[in-house]
Amino acid sequence: MEKKKKKGFGYWLLYFALPVIILAVWEGYSFAGKLKPYALPAPEKILKTTVEYIQNGQLFTNIGVSVLLVLEGFFLAFFVAFTVGICVTVFPKFDTFTDLIIQILKPIPPIAWIPLAILWFGIGQDSKIFIIFIGAVFPIFLNTVDGVRNIDKKYFELAKVYEAPKSQLIKKIIIPGALPSIMTGVRLGVGNAWVSVVAAEMIGATKGVGYMLSNGRSLSRPDIVILGMLLVGIFGKLMDDLLRWLRKKLIKWN
Amino acid sequence: MGNIVEIKHLTKNFTDKEKNVKALDDINLEIKEGSFVSIIGGSGCGKSTMLRIIGGLETEYDGEVLVGGENVTAPSRDKGFIFQDHRLLPWLTVKENIRFSLPDSQKKNDELIKEYLSLVGLSNFENAYPKQLSGGMSQRVAIARALANKPKILLLDEPFGALDAITKVNLQEELLKIWKKENITMIIVTHDIDEAVYLGQKVVVMTPRPGRIKDIHTVNLGTVRVRTGELFTAARDEIYKEFFKESELPFSYSI
Ligand SMILES: Nc1ncnc2c1ncn2[C@@H]1O[C@H](COP(=O)(O)OP(=O)(O)OP(=O)(O)O)[C@@H](O)[C@H]1O
Ligand SMILES: [Mg+2]
Repeated sequence: MEKKKKKGFGYWLLYFALPVIILAVWEGYSFAGKLKPYALPAPEKILKTTVEYIQNGQLFTNIGVSVLLVLEGFFLAFFVAFTVGICVTVFPKFDTFTDLIIQILKPIPPIAWIPLAILWFGIGQDSKIFIIFIGAVFPIFLNTVDGVRNIDKKYFELAKVYEAPKSQLIKKIIIPGALPSIMTGVRLGVGNAWVSVVAAEMIGATKGVGYMLSNGRSLSRPDIVILGMLLVGIFGKLMDDLLRWLRKKLIKWN
Repeated sequence: MGNIVEIKHLTKNFTDKEKNVKALDDINLEIKEGSFVSIIGGSGCGKSTMLRIIGGLETEYDGEVLVGGENVTAPSRDKGFIFQDHRLLPWLTVKENIRFSLPDSQKKNDELIKEYLSLVGLSNFENAYPKQLSGGMSQRVAIARALANKPKILLLDEPFGALDAITKVNLQEELLKIWKKENITMIIVTHDIDEAVYLGQKVVVMTPRPGRIKDIHTVNLGTVRVRTGELFTAARDEIYKEFFKESELPFSYSI
């Protein structure tokens, strides 16, 4: 478990050292004229593009569109994965009934669904939500099922002694018992949702961070591409931080 | 009063992977309503198995097991079971752990929860999580949880086995007090001879491979139970002799 110790100056120095070194080397090479600007522009060029994108509002539009898609796809996936996951563990017959299909669908990567998604839902937002859903649903589902299966059998015995009905069993033993694992699934699911949204937007979109990447490439603007990548990275980290915080709030018993 | 437990020709086999273990072999036992019975024996002699059968946690066996005159087919609230581990749900507070165990009609009865927590001396811990409790406190909560369901019989499987000697003695005292106050039949499984003698009015001695009842001792500690003195020593000696020959008695008593 993490210690509550206050992190000192030395920690933060070390924490930011590598990014600063990379920036300095990068800056040095481009200042010395060793980098081709059409392949890798100088750091200040990217900073300039960032300011420009903030000023004309494109940065927030693009990131906003992607974040919204991720949230929509994720919540849909969470709802389905959680419900099906619990049903599979509580009703063994339902498990047998669904197992083969789930096993076959699971290895198909989200990008493999893009062609079908576009045929079914067009190139609008719906097809992207679908791709994100596919990306997020399996890790959440698998971790939910795993979490329930790993709950110590002795608690189920306890439930029998106290004649707990199925609803109590689900509410008081299955869900809290599987919660740590479910939260792991959620973090993986959100990570996959980001991967999926970028992939989907790179193929057919007029907005979003994925669009920034494909647009930057067709305009031969590596600065836009790098800005898009940084946005994905930074927002991905922020979402993960948020989930870690949520996990701590939810699981306060250990 | 009549017998609350009647066991007739109980035999239990465990079979897994072609291996067959005869855990219990032709057990016959009657337990009077309201009495306190200890079951003692070495590891693997089937004590837990017998208790689990009485509690309805194990339902496949040969022979007849009646609790309150009826065949046991499943666990139930009126057959309280205390496991060696306290088995509190780590994600629920002490209060919610007890609430979880209660029948629907009592789920909102905070008074009942408070009453039993105070019976085991833990009134101030109702909002604590199990990880904040010591082993002895956790086992107290487990006892309160069982008692709050007003069982007719309380089955305890080495409930104090994991506790230090002093905590153990305290909990034994409390258990005796509760037994006298609530008038519940109690059956305790233990491999601590002192514990068996101090708590039980009867001590059932079991032997392993196959699990059988070797002897049933009636303990007479007089009207006031004490852990010292002649009556206790005599009763304890008797049980020791079941396990050790005279010449190898582990210590002698010369005061
Ligand atoms: N679920 C099981 N499957 C197979 N064999 C079992 C099972 N439970 C118990 N046994 C066997 O039955 C015998 C009696 O076990 P039991 O747990 O009742 O012993 P015990 O007297 O409670 O021992 P201890 O004092 O160590 O708790 C042992 O030989 C054990 O290996
Ligand atoms: Mg045992």
